[in-house]
Amino acid sequence: MKFIALIATLMTGALLMYAEADFPVWGDPDSPASLHLSPRYIEKAMEETSVPNMVTAVLADYRGYDTMFETAVIFSAGIAVVMLIRRPRQ
Amino acid sequence: MIQRTANIIPRTIARILIPAIQVFGLYVIAHGHGSPGGGFQGGCILAASFILMTIAYGLEDTKRRFTENMNNILSSLGVFIYALTGWMCLLLGANFLDYSALSAILPADPVKARYLGMFIIEVGVGITVMAVMVSLFIDLVTGGKHGEGL
Amino acid sequence: MIWQLDIILLLLVVICAAAAITVKNLFSATVLFGAFSFLMCMLWTEMGAVDVAFTEAAVGAGVSTAFFIAAIFQTSRRSRD
Repeated sequence: MKFIALIATLMTGALLMYAEADFPVWGDPDSPASLHLSPRYIEKAMEETSVPNMVTAVLADYRGYDTMFETAVIFSAGIAVVMLIRRPRQ
Repeated sequence: MIQRTANIIPRTIARILIPAIQVFGLYVIAHGHGSPGGGFQGGCILAASFILMTIAYGLEDTKRRFTENMNNILSSLGVFIYALTGWMCLLLGANFLDYSALSAILPADPVKARYLGMFIIEVGVGITVMAVMVSLFIDLVTGGKHGEGL
Repeated sequence: MIWQLDIILLLLVVICAAAAITVKNLFSATVLFGAFSFLMCMLWTEMGAVDVAFTEAAVGAGVSTAFFIAAIFQTSRRSRD
């Protein structure tokens, strides 16, 4: 069984290595992601939000709805742990 | 119940380190705009200070300072602050979480209001993450039975 | 990006990951996982993603290691498989 698991892992790794060849190079300015969306944020983030850290501007302002439900997920994880393993005091 | 350690070295080190860790956590939350950081990281650092307090001073002492009720209230208060900011924008006639509408109630122009709105929601995220992490640690280390364990 | 540093860090990451799943003692596995998180944090820093590196250092290497140790206290010290 362990042998089959090893074979499956190696095959998945080989597939991922094969797919990785089609990726753009690290920091490639001509890749699709840095051609259309990134320049918009880099040019406009400071004048639109006056926040020097672009990551925070994207995370909390442009993608604020996303971050809100990320917080809700953390809250529900805490509630789930409380419901599952906290025992009421006798 | 995690006992207060009998050894004086961890207790003294914890007494020196906990205020420094908490000030650093507040700095990370408040300065998440200009430098790396934000609500999530700062909340985790604040929770780490309470975990250190639990290990060094025992569960009894920590729960006297950071009670179970306060923990429940804080963990929901953070999400509430976040959602309330979004609803305030909605009530002021803009889209949900469009902070520039907050300039009507905050002393700032619309561009600066987005900065302040981001600060408010980072504080909310930090409060929730801190409270949830502390409650997770206490529940895990005692197996849910707050009086026993470890 | 310095490729020599990159190669060393990636090698250490792979070694830590392989050691963390093969070692029998759960406490050692937790410490190795913390080392893995810290090396990943250094990789992020080296690639310029400072915010992600900060999150990895605070959550991966800091709080989650404490959670794993707390969970080990509820079970036996040694892994059975």
